Amino acid sequence: MRGNAITRRRRGELVVGAVLLVLLIALPLPIRDVYTQNLIITTILFAGLAQAWNILGGYCGQISLGHALYFGIGGYVSTLMFVNAGIPPSLGMFAGGLVGGLIALLVGWPCFRLSGHYYAIATVVVGEIGYLLFLNWEFVGAAMGVYVPFKGESFIDLQFRTTKLPFHYVVLGFAALTWIAAWLIEGSRWGYTWRAVKDDPVAARSLAVQVFPSKMAAAAVSGFFTGMGGAIYAQYVGYIDPDSVLSGQLSILIALPAVLGGVGTLWGPLLGAAVLIPVSELTRSYLGGGGRGIDLMIYGGLIVVVALARPAGLISLLGVRSQAGGADIPAKDADARAA
Amino acid sequence: MPALLEVANVSKSFGGVAANVDISFDVQPGEILGLIGPNGAGKTSLFNSISGEVTPDRGEIRLDGRRISGLGPVACARLGIARTFQVVRSFDSMTVLENVMVGAFSRTARAQDAMAQALDVLGFAGLTARADTLAHQLTPPEKRRLEVARALATRPRLLLLDEMLTGLTPTEAASGVQLIRDVRDRGITVIMVEHVMEVLLPLVDRAVVLNLGRVLMQGSPQQVVRDPDVIRAYLGDKYAA
Repeated sequence: MRGNAITRRRRGELVVGAVLLVLLIALPLPIRDVYTQNLIITTILFAGLAQAWNILGGYCGQISLGHALYFGIGGYVSTLMFVNAGIPPSLGMFAGGLVGGLIALLVGWPCFRLSGHYYAIATVVVGEIGYLLFLNWEFVGAAMGVYVPFKGESFIDLQFRTTKLPFHYVVLGFAALTWIAAWLIEGSRWGYTWRAVKDDPVAARSLAVQVFPSKMAAAAVSGFFTGMGGAIYAQYVGYIDPDSVLSGQLSILIALPAVLGGVGTLWGPLLGAAVLIPVSELTRSYLGGGGRGIDLMIYGGLIVVVALARPAGLISLLGVRSQAGGADIPAKDADARAA
Repeated sequence: MPALLEVANVSKSFGGVAANVDISFDVQPGEILGLIGPNGAGKTSLFNSISGEVTPDRGEIRLDGRRISGLGPVACARLGIARTFQVVRSFDSMTVLENVMVGAFSRTARAQDAMAQALDVLGFAGLTARADTLAHQLTPPEKRRLEVARALATRPRLLLLDEMLTGLTPTEAASGVQLIRDVRDRGITVIMVEHVMEVLLPLVDRAVVLNLGRVLMQGSPQQVVRDPDVIRAYLGDKYAA
């Protein structure tokens, strides 16, 4: 039976995912160096965030450049609940996710009426509005931001001072959750109809696919996980302000690993984060400083090289076909242009 | 027998250009109806109205006596109207099977069921061997088959085929004709737009001829080819008897 190709592929993905999870559980055990630990934690966090972005941008094809809004709001909601009401962030992160998803729906309601580049531009503007709003809003600390009070080490409060190891497992759990969500979506009606919406909304409509509600659902799921990631990040760094959790630069940073790794694939966001975050950190620590911005030039150059040579993302190097982007379509188009 | 589809006095203009003017005809269940006419006669516009993609300015379209014009494409698809497109629209990043599964998901929420139904339809459309091929790698006639398969997966009662046989070689067109007959034998009513008269006329039970947005005449294929107005519209005045 032909359909087994899909079933087989999905089983294989689960096996690879499980192996990867075991490796990542073992990875920090021999590492004592705090800098490296931090680098790995940041990478895994962004792998999860990029996967959350991918759910909307990759599978449903709605390119958002304002995801920092959901990230920041998730962080603020969980942190303020912790500071003002003593609600532990292990619960607060779900509240942060829910509000993040809700805000994504509010943004989607007007913005999904725009198509293509206009949607992306609108998300930039909305993200900037959110940033300015929080920058001037006294209740959330305005430009001063919010400090997270330390109440003792625990998984309930997601606070650890003596070692970074527990945080490794918190972000790993978060990234695993986003991956499982993406895997489940890929195999469900949502996954199929969202990809149809991405490829050709007119044809999708003719097959009874509800285009606007599909985009809204994808936005809600994506916003939920992004908000959750923001809540975890807030506990990790212990302090949030609009510049650290709501900036436009962060929106780019959330989208970039998915775009570079391969949009609409299960592995693209992970691969993209695994390459991008270390490169960004390493160039910054070795070449940053001095104000000449050499690190950013190298970082930007790398992105340009990948975009030119592998428009379908790094994942296409491994021969993995995109579930939504059409791994070999852009490559073929590029060849056609070159010819 | 009551008509499956009734098109009643439908008019539609786009920016002052009248695409359809006061069009009326019925479609009986189980028939293959040909919709013909020169370029710009308004055939595709009418398809867009029937499939819900656009709303007629005047008149209405009924399926089983129920008004469907203005309900939109999703509701029309749910009520049993499926279509293909003049310029093929496939989900290019998805495999053939996945394309058809999108159609099947209109009737089931379970991926297992959608896959089983899609495989069944692929067998019917002769695409089983291509199930795991990406849609953009198909040949043009295969893509047309894919569109038909995808439409059939929504389990339609009425299938609208927009120039499905145009641009195919005679052999390909012949197998396309067989597919359309098989579709009808499944109990699905077909309306087809086609330029290729010699392919269309032997296939259809009845034809509606459009010209300049209006119904020029309707009748059996034999009546159509003998009609002086039709000959005039296609070939010009000097050929009209």
